[in-house]
Formats: sequence, structure tokens, C-alpha cells
Amino acid sequence: MYWGAMLRLEKLTKVYRTGDRALDAVDLEVPNGQVVALIGPSGAGKSTLIRCINRLVEPSSGKVFIGDEEITSLGAGALRRARRRMGMIFQEYALVERLTVMENVLSGRLGYVGFWRSFFRKYPQSDVDEAFRLLDRVGLVEMADKRADELSGGQRQRVGIARALIQNPALLLVDEPTASLDPKTSRQIMRLICELCEERGLAAIINIHDVALAQMFVQRVIGLNKGAIAFDGAPDSMTEDTLTMIYGEEDWKATIAKVEDEAA
Amino acid sequence: MPVSTLTDGRKAWQLRDRKAQLTRWFAYFAAVAVFMWCWKKISDSTTWFFVWDAPRIASDIGSRAFPPRWSYMEKLWEPLWDTLNMATLGTLLALVFAVPIAFLAARNTTPSAVFVRPVALLIIVSSRSINSLIWALLLVAIIGPGVLAGLLAIALRSIGFCAKLLYEAIEEIDHKQVEAVTATGANPLQVMAYGIVPQIMPAFAGVAVFRWDINIRESTVLGLVGAGGIGVQMQASLNTLAWPQVALILLVILLAVIVSEWVSAKVRGAII
Repeated sequence: MYWGAMLRLEKLTKVYRTGDRALDAVDLEVPNGQVVALIGPSGAGKSTLIRCINRLVEPSSGKVFIGDEEITSLGAGALRRARRRMGMIFQEYALVERLTVMENVLSGRLGYVGFWRSFFRKYPQSDVDEAFRLLDRVGLVEMADKRADELSGGQRQRVGIARALIQNPALLLVDEPTASLDPKTSRQIMRLICELCEERGLAAIINIHDVALAQMFVQRVIGLNKGAIAFDGAPDSMTEDTLTMIYGEEDWKATIAKVEDEAA
Repeated sequence: MPVSTLTDGRKAWQLRDRKAQLTRWFAYFAAVAVFMWCWKKISDSTTWFFVWDAPRIASDIGSRAFPPRWSYMEKLWEPLWDTLNMATLGTLLALVFAVPIAFLAARNTTPSAVFVRPVALLIIVSSRSINSLIWALLLVAIIGPGVLAGLLAIALRSIGFCAKLLYEAIEEIDHKQVEAVTATGANPLQVMAYGIVPQIMPAFAGVAVFRWDINIRESTVLGLVGAGGIGVQMQASLNTLAWPQVALILLVILLAVIVSEWVSAKVRGAII
């Protein structure tokens, strides 16, 4: 069953128990293969939005569709099956620190193998082959047997990417992938994610703080402010006014100019 | 207010104002008074003749106990082995029960914070509130004297200790790793095996070895109430005033504890 990777949100709303309205009736469509950057100030609801899609955070109301399947109405078992097709990449990597790189990558297959097979690490040979292929693709094949906490930040995020991709996802949910990385590594990680999306025709939503970095790599930028969409358009259509609309008043000249320099 | 204004308008600061300072002095005074009163009470109910006599008696017993009766050792090997077994098997048995109880008691893994968690906490508290010597007294009455009673006493006392430290470790795990494993579509058992268990392994190993170390010491005294181990010989030797044997037993216990300390330090160092 391959449902075309098209994501649709209908009036998606999340109100936390504290009364915080993190998402306010968000409508959004992401077509097959499109990479979208989600920008906005801290607390705008970016993290909540991507967590509502795979229901790590339960939405208060509204609907989430992946293709024709309505995620928001699924029972526990069907939700787990649906999650297999949504790879997630995290801020600060969220690897299982005390497991090896290989175990971390293979953990992306947990939704496909039974408990005892996963408990005794007896994954099907095809999964192991795919894990080696992905580790090779992200340039970590010789690290397979290292423990995750021995790796550098950039390397850990590459393992996180491999873990998400081995799920054979149709959609990538990416939460601040570069938040704790240096500028060079940030660019490499963003480039890797976007290349892989193109190779595999994946749609992706990338939460990101670095506006300039987002503009360099994605096809579409969505600005979120106080739980509502404040901007939706191509990266090069962003102006100082758009940034003011999304983030509030500030001198944005340098941010935009920097992008033009790098684009040149 | 510790901040006040001086006559020339500058601000002065001191750690406490006068009221707080006086309150503190009064609290010190009350504490010293209570201590003196207790001292008087204890002193009044002490037979001071025996206390002044204590050094002479102690040196008398010491001289009778020395040298230890080395030949008695051949009768100690078996009780010593029993003692080690009680401690080790008791610890293992306790861990078998403590692990599931810890998962039921931890806020982030319990199936129900309203119904299951209080029961798990009650088990932990009741196990911890009763000393293993008292568990042993009860068990000797119920299942008769012997090593089994001692083993179960050790296990019952250790369940609460291990479960408490484990559930605290479970509550302190990094939630993001759990979230990441959940996001792959893993089922709840897999989330536990991949997201939680690796994170608490160091705590588990530390708790197990620490409790084993404690249990070696506790199991040496359980024989005093008939629950097997080297304490039985201790009891018999004390009753017959066989001081050289008592000296040997104390030496053997000291050595056993030193060895267990050494082993547990090694194991902890290797795992963490």
C-alpha cells in the first residue's frame, strides 16, 4: 500500500492543557516531493505542528491526511503502521545514546519487525543490507559498530537521517535539524536532507530557525506566527516585510542581504 | 528587609535583618537546650558503674578472644558459602520482582497513575519499612529455620530498595529518545526495549551490585534468628562464651565484606 505522499491539514488546532493555543485552525497542503521550510519565532507552534502530524502530540481538533488516509481518526495499531511512512529527524538527534550506530539505524525498522526479532537484534538480512547502503550514503559506514554517544554532532544527525530513511517513508518530518550544529555542518546536513528528498521523491517539512539557510535549500517557505500561517510562498519572494510579519519588528536587512550574497 | 536606607541616603545591605537574626539565635538556643535535657535523661538512666568498668571487661574479653581459634575454620566454610548464596540468590530474586514493579511505579511508564501506581508504591514502602532481620524472624516462624528463610528475607527487603532506585532512574530518562523510537511506528514493548531499557542499564547494574554488597553484610547476621548462614555459628559461639571462635567469625565476616566491596567497585567501574 503506497499512498501518494501528499500531506493535507484541515483546520488543525492544538490547545494545550495550560490553555496555550499552539495551533489555530491551520490549513496546509504539501504536494508529492515538495520540501517545505517552516519558520517562525520560538513558541509559534512549529514543533507542535509536525508532532501533530504523526500524533506524538494529539491534536485537539482538525484533520491530518496523508494521501487518502486520515491519520487523526486511526486507532493505535493503524497509527503505528501509518507512522512507519513518516520518518522523523530531531533537534539534538534523539539517538538512543547507549546503542550502536547500527542498532540506531535498524531501530527505524521497528514498525516492520516483531518484538522478539527486534529484542534479539535478528533483523532480516534485507534490512541490514539497506542499513549498510544508507550508512554508506551518509558517509558513516565505518562507524557502524561505534556507540552513538562516541559520535560528533554532525555524525549523529547523519545517523538520525539514516534511521528516518530506513523506514522507507513517504514524508519526512524534520524538527530543527541544525539547531546544535556549527554553520558548516548545518549546511552539509541541510544539503544531505534535501538531496535525499529529491533522490527518493520525498515530501518534507523542515522546522528551522535559520532563515538564510532555509532560503538556500527549500522550494517553499511557510511562516508560522502564534499558531497561524503568516506567510506561504517561494523563498526568493521573502522580503524584510515578510520577516517582520512572521517574527515582528527588527532590522532584517542583514539577514536578507546575506542570502543574496550567498546566492550570487 | 535586608536592604535599608542609611541617613545619608545610600543603601545598606546585610544578609539578614534584625528579626531574622534574633529568630536564628533563639533556634540555636532551643536546640542546645533540648540536647542538654536529653543528655541528662540518658545519664540518669545509665548505671555508670558498668560504664567505668567497661574498659576492663572489654580488655578481658579481648584477651580471651585472642588468638582466634583457627582450627574452627573447617566448620565455617559451609555456613560462609550459605551466607554468600543467601545474599546472591536473594538479590537475584529481588531483581526479578523489582524490575516490573519499578515500571509500574514510574510516572512515565505506569499503565495507570490512579490505580496501579499506588499499589506499586505500597509494595515498595512495605518492603522497605521492614528490616531484613525482622523479615527473617517472621519467615523462620512461617517456613521454619534454615537458608531458605534467610534467602527470602533478603529478597523481600531488597525488592523495595531496588524498585525504588530503578523507578527513580526510569523517571529521569531522556524523553526525546523515547519519542524518536515511538515515531518509527514501534509498539509499546519495542519502545520500552529500545527507548527506555538502554537508558536505565547503568542504573540497573549499579543498583544490583550495590544491593548485593549490602546483602552480603545483612546475611551474616540473619543466622542470629535462625535463618541460616554464618550467623548461626556466631550465635552458638556467643552462647557458649567461646570468644576465640567469635573472633575468628568476625575476621571471616570482615574479609567477606572487603571482598564484596572490591567486587562491586570493579563491576560498577566496568559498566558505567
